[in-house]
Amino acid sequence: MMARREQDEVIIRVRDLKNGFGEQIVHDGLELDVRRGEILGVVGGSGTGKSVLMRSIIGLQTPIEGSVEVFGENTIGREETDAINIRKRWGILFQGGALFSTLTVAENVQVPIKEFYPGLDQALLDEIAAYKVVMTGLPPDAGPKYPAELSGGMKKRAGLARALALDPELLFLDEPTAGLDPIGAAAFDELTASLQKTLGLTVFLITHDLDTLYAICDRVAVLADKRVIAVGTIDELLALDHPWIQEYFNGPRGRAAVASAEKAQAGT
Amino acid sequence: MRGSADFERVDSGGGTTLRFTGNLSLACLRDLPERLGAIDEPVAKLDLSEVERIDTVGAWLIHRLARDKGAAIEGLEPDEQHLLDQVAAAEHPIELPRKPADPFTRMLGEIGDAVFTAGHTLYGLLGFLGATLLAFWNVATHPKRFRFNATVHRFEVVGVSALGIIGLMSFLIGIVIAQQGAVQLRQFGAEVYTINLVGRITLRELGVLMTAIMVAGRSGSAFAAQIGTMKLTEEIDAMRTIGVSPMEALVVPRTLAVVLMMPLLGFYASLVAIMGGGLLCWISLDIPPVTFIQRIREVVPLTDLWVGLVKAPVFGAIIAMSGCFQGMQVEADAEQVGRRTTVAVVQAIFLVIVLDAFFAVFFSEVGWI
Repeated sequence: MMARREQDEVIIRVRDLKNGFGEQIVHDGLELDVRRGEILGVVGGSGTGKSVLMRSIIGLQTPIEGSVEVFGENTIGREETDAINIRKRWGILFQGGALFSTLTVAENVQVPIKEFYPGLDQALLDEIAAYKVVMTGLPPDAGPKYPAELSGGMKKRAGLARALALDPELLFLDEPTAGLDPIGAAAFDELTASLQKTLGLTVFLITHDLDTLYAICDRVAVLADKRVIAVGTIDELLALDHPWIQEYFNGPRGRAAVASAEKAQAGT
Repeated sequence: MRGSADFERVDSGGGTTLRFTGNLSLACLRDLPERLGAIDEPVAKLDLSEVERIDTVGAWLIHRLARDKGAAIEGLEPDEQHLLDQVAAAEHPIELPRKPADPFTRMLGEIGDAVFTAGHTLYGLLGFLGATLLAFWNVATHPKRFRFNATVHRFEVVGVSALGIIGLMSFLIGIVIAQQGAVQLRQFGAEVYTINLVGRITLRELGVLMTAIMVAGRSGSAFAAQIGTMKLTEEIDAMRTIGVSPMEALVVPRTLAVVLMMPLLGFYASLVAIMGGGLLCWISLDIPPVTFIQRIREVVPLTDLWVGLVKAPVFGAIIAMSGCFQGMQVEADAEQVGRRTTVAVVQAIFLVIVLDAFFAVFFSEVGWI
């Protein structure tokens, strides 16, 4: 349905990114493009700087050098007032959910809406929070609860509800399925895919979960040696003979994920 | 850039049709919700064929309108229909947040809560005192379990690092007492009694009391925040499961450190305050330091020093206890760490002052005047 040109439009453009903490260099000459409407999975061993990459893109970490463009606009070193128009258009789910602990789930969801659109009346805000909460798969009675009363998986869903509060065009997910049980993780994958489809989202997804990669990612970017060594579909990546990629996808867990993905496809 | 959301009424055959235009998205809504709410005539159809983009908020407004008016929805593309279906499927009655009661009931409730909390805290503090004593007993009977390094580290944090600020504070307080005393006593031509005032009040009361307040602010709060954060991050639970008693590993070293450091700091504070007083006497009353020290030795009885030194460890125990106790009470969220830390300091200072009053009565009864 979408025009070809539009599909190739680059939403996130990272060029020559260099990041480091003191002596330790995390990224050096990292380049990455994320296209409109795709789910891009980002994989890499522990400590390869997946989260740091996400933080650089959303402007929480100032890189040593390099440029990051989101929606065609530079995000590095922007004035806070200047960056707001970009912030309105993305949603972010942090690893632990990062819910505001003194607010209820419903209030958490309302925070970004109130911040950017202060004119809406409370009744409508309550309704919006209510359907967002249910859409992310939480039970309806989760709305008035405080984050401390939720389980880890529910916190992630509540975090997702907050990330989706503004109906963003771009969604960042940092290990959304880590710490979830397999059923919960599969449901979360399904939820991400379905939201991506209905809302036309672009998703930047950091994950260790091979099932997630096979199930919902359009392309996968592999982080190693301080840069993105390859981007492509899983089949394209498998054709490369980089040892880490081969071990990652062809290890016992990788093969199990392929089997379950095939089974799922046969079932539908 | 984009058209804001709008609608117009069209009278077709079977009743009113609302034809929506523009972007039905959160950013472009403007006053649309109010205007939709103001429609009071029946609506037969909602025509969405001219809508450019719709997001979940737009879909929710359409869904709500269609539901309330019993209107049919037309002109949706398959993707948009899917979105609308998803939003409609997510509908459920809103859980009302807990409503605040009227002010009078709330005030009564708050008083009741405060009384209950006060009683509960006192009870808990007594229990914690017992647990701490028990932990001390356990450590005393099994000396190998005593954490020597942790304790010495606390000595440094509680004692040595505090020397600068406590010294500065005491020096200034000594100057202030001497200055105020000199001004008042001059009216009776009794300036020389300034030395009595400075010497006795600092050793008996102010040296230890001000030190206690400073230690409560520095170390009591730190204990509450450290232990509280450790509780939040489940470190305390991890300790318990490994078989390490948090009382022995955290509370005993801290309490011991404060109990041992308080007399030293209090004595040091008194001396520095006397120095401050001496400096002022020298400058403004022309009493040379040698004379000042001579007078101090004559007018300050040794019991004054004992009064201060007896109180100091007790105050220290109270400060450490309420800091650790409040830290252990932290549950659930980060806000509690802040609140418990505040409570720890306020409670410690309050108890120290109350006990100080008891001590004053006690010492005058036993004749240490």
